[in-house]
Amino acid sequence: MAAVDSAFLDLHRLDHLAGRDSVVHRLDPRVKVLITLTFLICVVSFDKYAIAGMLPFAFFLTLVLGLGGIPAGFVLKKLILVAPLALLVGLFNPVYDQQPLMQLGTLTIAGGWLSLLSLLLRFCLTVGAVLALIATTGFNAVCMALEQLGMPRVFAVQLLLLHRYLFVLVEEGRRMDRARRLRSFQGRGLEMRTLGPLLGSLLLRTLDRAQRIHLAMRCRGFDGTIRTCRPSRLTGRDLLVLALCGGALLVLRAVDGPLLLGRLVTGLIA
Amino acid sequence: MHMADALLSPAVGGTFWAATAGTIAWCAKKVQQDLDDRKIPLMGVLGAFIFTAQMINFTIPATGSSGHIGGGLLLAILLGPYAAFLTIASVLVVQALFFADGGLLALGCNIFNLGVFSCFIAYPLLYKPLAGNGTSRTRIVIASIVAAIVGLQLGALGVVGETVLSGIAELPLQAFLWAMLPIHLAIGLVEGLVTAAVVTFVWQARPEILESAATTRPLGSLPIARVLVGLAVAAVLTGGVFSWFASSFPDGLEWSIAQATGKDELDEPAEGIYGLLAGFQEKTAFLPDYAFRTGEQAAAAEQAAEPAWPAVDSGTTVAGLVGGGLTLLVTIGLGLVFRKRRRTA
Repeated sequence: MAAVDSAFLDLHRLDHLAGRDSVVHRLDPRVKVLITLTFLICVVSFDKYAIAGMLPFAFFLTLVLGLGGIPAGFVLKKLILVAPLALLVGLFNPVYDQQPLMQLGTLTIAGGWLSLLSLLLRFCLTVGAVLALIATTGFNAVCMALEQLGMPRVFAVQLLLLHRYLFVLVEEGRRMDRARRLRSFQGRGLEMRTLGPLLGSLLLRTLDRAQRIHLAMRCRGFDGTIRTCRPSRLTGRDLLVLALCGGALLVLRAVDGPLLLGRLVTGLIA
Repeated sequence: MHMADALLSPAVGGTFWAATAGTIAWCAKKVQQDLDDRKIPLMGVLGAFIFTAQMINFTIPATGSSGHIGGGLLLAILLGPYAAFLTIASVLVVQALFFADGGLLALGCNIFNLGVFSCFIAYPLLYKPLAGNGTSRTRIVIASIVAAIVGLQLGALGVVGETVLSGIAELPLQAFLWAMLPIHLAIGLVEGLVTAAVVTFVWQARPEILESAATTRPLGSLPIARVLVGLAVAAVLTGGVFSWFASSFPDGLEWSIAQATGKDELDEPAEGIYGLLAGFQEKTAFLPDYAFRTGEQAAAAEQAAEPAWPAVDSGTTVAGLVGGGLTLLVTIGLGLVFRKRRRTA
């Protein structure tokens, strides 16, 4: 059950972080969603051997995380937790791609190693960007922003309800699983055979809960839409940030800054 | 297995985003037409249920390893395909945002792999006919297993196809297929068994739930051909648009476009974003198209057919390393500054 506990803690932690206040938190959620998307598209559109060119994006991300007051340790822990997948697939790159791409003195580096490194860097940047978005915005605000950007309303309501009841049901599932484990000796009773009835009872409780929620919502005049009393309006500052960040990201994507810097430095030394 | 952003090219990611967004919009319309607003809280709570169910591990017989269920088929059985698709999509969105499982750009692929196949192919074409009116335990079990296996195999094929088309990972198609399909055969079997167990439990305890679910669904008229045509159109359109944006490196996409149109490449537009980027690249390249080429490397370079990169150029290498190193240092420095500030704050 360690997985559930840590997942549960992470949910709370992210919600807690999103409740803070900083320059990044105060931006309009729509602006943050759009900047995140630009960031992601820029990063994944890099050549598969690109490494140095992507580093300015790491700089950008660090800047945002720092300004938003998100602890680096939290992000790093998340990255390590989900890294094995990318590593597993990327590990084959050095095996299959032996083409020499870099010459450093007498050392020749095969393309596969470069693309593996590039893949891992890409992975850190994309995961980090999403974490930065959610930790500085909060799930509800992201949903509202997505709805304002054109996501169907039913889906937005679905996301909000899911997020709301996630905490309730995870708590219930934890309780049931703990009870099952406490009654199990030498791993008996944890087989697949017991899972059907276990999940089945959880499902029945869930359905009853849905029924109660539905009635309660109907009593309060629910007609399929969720209303908020917080009108979100884009201010000039938001638009300025959007233009500046979006422009900066596109320039970083188009100009290989580190290469220019390196040429300048090596040129000065030579 | 969830796709990750890092394994995707923008063209493939964008195509699947468009396809998924279209399907979500279509399902949202269908669910709203249903006028059954009881379904809305039901979908929300069932999404949370699937989430919780995925966290409860169990021992898989004969292997000793533990697994959890995916739940796509179960949702389709309980809610019908449209509402189930929205619910799976919402679960995947939360997973992508909170647990960094997959990624925002890969979300389209993940929803497609896990949602479309189980809701619109495995459920209506396999589970429904096999399970019949759902009154026989054996039929439920068989239908669940077959539908779960087929759905997961298609999903695994989707992951392989998307990865190979993106061309970021070097895994050859065959090896990848051999790795993915047998694993997902086993996962599908387990998924089918658990789904069947849950469905039969519910059927024994509260048969009216399944009965009402089976009758309120207008499923006979699922226009699957229209769905597929719509997806294909969306894929071709966005594929074309995104290939302009990223057209200096569309290995996988180029291949698929060549397959689809019979031409080697789409004509690159000289203006717009691509032209702008190319102009930047030309201006910022100090030694355009210059590199040491010896026989073997030149051949290798031609094989890869990627401009400027494959030729080994030690000047670029050193400059890249120095510049990259400096950028990395500055980034780490920035992180340390923020850390210190937070400590003192």
